[in-house]
Amino acid sequence: MNDQRQPVLSIRGLHKAFGTLEVLRGIDLEAFEGDVISILGASGSGKSTLLRCINLLEVPDAGDIVLAGEAVQLRQRRDGARVVADRAQLDRLRSRLGFVFQSFNLWSHMTVLENVIEAPVHVQKRPRAECIAEAEALLEKVGIADKRDHYPAHLSGGQQQRAAIARALCMHPKVLLFDEPTSALDPELVGEVLRVMRGLAEEGRTMLVVTHELGFAREVSSRVVFLHRGAIEDDGPPERVFRAPASDRLRDFLASHLRA
Amino acid sequence: MDFAFMLETLQRIAAGVPLLLQLAGISIAIGAVFAMLLALMRVSGVRPLDLTARGYIFVFRGTPLLVQLFLIYYGLGQFPAVRATFLWPFLREPYWCAILALTLNTAAYGSEIIRGGLLSVPAGQVEAARACGMSGLLLFRRVVLPIAVRQALPAYGNELILMVKATSLASIITLMEVTGIAHKLISETYRAIEVFICAGAVYLLINFLLIRAVHGVEYWLSPHLRRPPAITGAPARA
Amino acid sequence: MPPRPSLLVEFLDTMGFGPRGWGLAMLAAAGMTVAVSTAAFLVGMLIGAVGAWAKIGGGLIARAGADVYTTLLRGIPDLLVIYLFYFGGSTLLTTINHEFGGDGFISMPAFLVGALAVGIVSGAYQTEVFRGAYGAIARGEIEAARAVGMSGLLLLRRIVAPQVMRHAIPGLGNCWQLVLKESALISVTGLVELLRQAQVGAGSTRLPFYFYITAALLYLALTTVSNRLFQGAETYARRGVQRA
Repeated sequence: MNDQRQPVLSIRGLHKAFGTLEVLRGIDLEAFEGDVISILGASGSGKSTLLRCINLLEVPDAGDIVLAGEAVQLRQRRDGARVVADRAQLDRLRSRLGFVFQSFNLWSHMTVLENVIEAPVHVQKRPRAECIAEAEALLEKVGIADKRDHYPAHLSGGQQQRAAIARALCMHPKVLLFDEPTSALDPELVGEVLRVMRGLAEEGRTMLVVTHELGFAREVSSRVVFLHRGAIEDDGPPERVFRAPASDRLRDFLASHLRA
Repeated sequence: MDFAFMLETLQRIAAGVPLLLQLAGISIAIGAVFAMLLALMRVSGVRPLDLTARGYIFVFRGTPLLVQLFLIYYGLGQFPAVRATFLWPFLREPYWCAILALTLNTAAYGSEIIRGGLLSVPAGQVEAARACGMSGLLLFRRVVLPIAVRQALPAYGNELILMVKATSLASIITLMEVTGIAHKLISETYRAIEVFICAGAVYLLINFLLIRAVHGVEYWLSPHLRRPPAITGAPARA
Repeated sequence: MPPRPSLLVEFLDTMGFGPRGWGLAMLAAAGMTVAVSTAAFLVGMLIGAVGAWAKIGGGLIARAGADVYTTLLRGIPDLLVIYLFYFGGSTLLTTINHEFGGDGFISMPAFLVGALAVGIVSGAYQTEVFRGAYGAIARGEIEAARAVGMSGLLLLRRIVAPQVMRHAIPGLGNCWQLVLKESALISVTGLVELLRQAQVGAGSTRLPFYFYITAALLYLALTTVSNRLFQGAETYARRGVQRA
């Protein structure tokens, strides 16, 4: 265990409430390079909100987010709400975080290839030819090279999600965030996406995955985090967490999900 | 049916087509820009902008185009203050008054169509763009606008047809476009049916061509709604 | 030289209800606008119902005829249709008059021209409204009615027509607004509806702005009130219906 390492992503004291409903109640999390962290929890536990706070799709009410040593600048608005202080910094940081959505969210008016190169070309301002070459390699890697000129509407759910993963990868992200990537897929299509994600994990990518796929959590992740009602109740290597869960609720959660 | 008469009528009426196209073309073009502005004001979230736009739209959609036209052409001339400005040479001319009225009118209707398009952009795709670090003008230009335009096109095509028909009102303030010439011919010859057929045919032809053009643009913009291209086998890359 | 009255005072003076005021005349003209619009709307409704029926259940000829009618009348300016009815109608009446030994020129009554011309155009739009409204009725409800032995006129009267009216209200509200605004075109026939009255006043007093602004405000009032009424009708018609 190298304590000298700087975490790639560091979250301290994250709080988030929607109206009177407190969704995150003080989250502390550190991700080191190469960590594959599975985030488990019942619905309503705040797992998606946590992920969305990391790339500021939701702005946390309190807490710090530090990505590769750079702290996200937030400020308090006059009406008390917290907002992003530096728009340019936000865009820059977001372009180093790959986010894969539950509902893929590919841009419907662009082909798969265009979807993948869109952010590298227009946000990161990299040369188009270089982006196209890389995009084609990535599409090959996730197994949909032959769909490069197709539109998202022509792809199955699994293919769309793999395209979305290629889109995230093409931005050279420091951390990949997956928000229930397989929850919207038909069961037969889940496997192809998990296979791709497993490949990324084996490459040594840093990944945070909110998921219900306990098999993936147990076999592929280096750490498992259990969220309940906005607080982390367990955080540890999968062998330990699955064998000896620290909280009763986690035990019940595992029991009910592994029964199937 | 006197075909010789109708042929001659058709020729005389056709002379009004260039003016019709000018009136329609210019007001649609400028009106669309203004409509986009109004739509952006309405979705901006800034209350004074929203209310101003809503007020404008309410007035221009709640009153007849002819009244708006008369207000500009006849009404403004009542004030010595207006007659003294540099705008007067324009506001005196029926041509510019017609264009102004048509432009202001289509801006109101067009803005609601564009607003509908903007609101229909799936939130998930906007989020995905933000998550990649897009914001502001880039986000609008690359994601929101293309999708909104594709949504709004059919309804806007309809608006274009209504504008072509609306140009007929210019005849009431002495402009000799198609309806103006038709009116003159009818009141001279009292052969209402034949003249009506000729003038009607001209409008129908113009509208038909317009619809085809709009459908063409719709088709060109929506490969994502059509059949996927045949897979020709991806070339292997190093 | 007496000081020029302020604009507002001059306006109120012109539009007031005093001896020199045109307020009463304008209001009466607004009433005429409502009258001719109502007539036109009803004509359109009749035609629209027939047109929709032709498009839905008619044979090949009926459907083709309805298609031609809607395409034609939605592609030609209302003003042309008004001229057709005005001059054409007058010619027709004059000819008939001559056949009966009469003499001189008979012009078609302006109200009739307005109601028919605007009504026939509105009919084209209302055909589409009714057609769409019919399409919005759940197939299952009609099947259920047939399953209990309803058909023909009974089915139409008890199940189809009420549902069609419910779905048609928003579209009809739109059509009514169109008719209300198009009625301003009828001024070219000389009928003293709101715009014509404004023209007369403008010509008489040389204060066109006041008259047209008043006309605009009155039209605005009419369209706003109509809007509220139709929204109320929609709410009433939707009572008991779940929002999809």
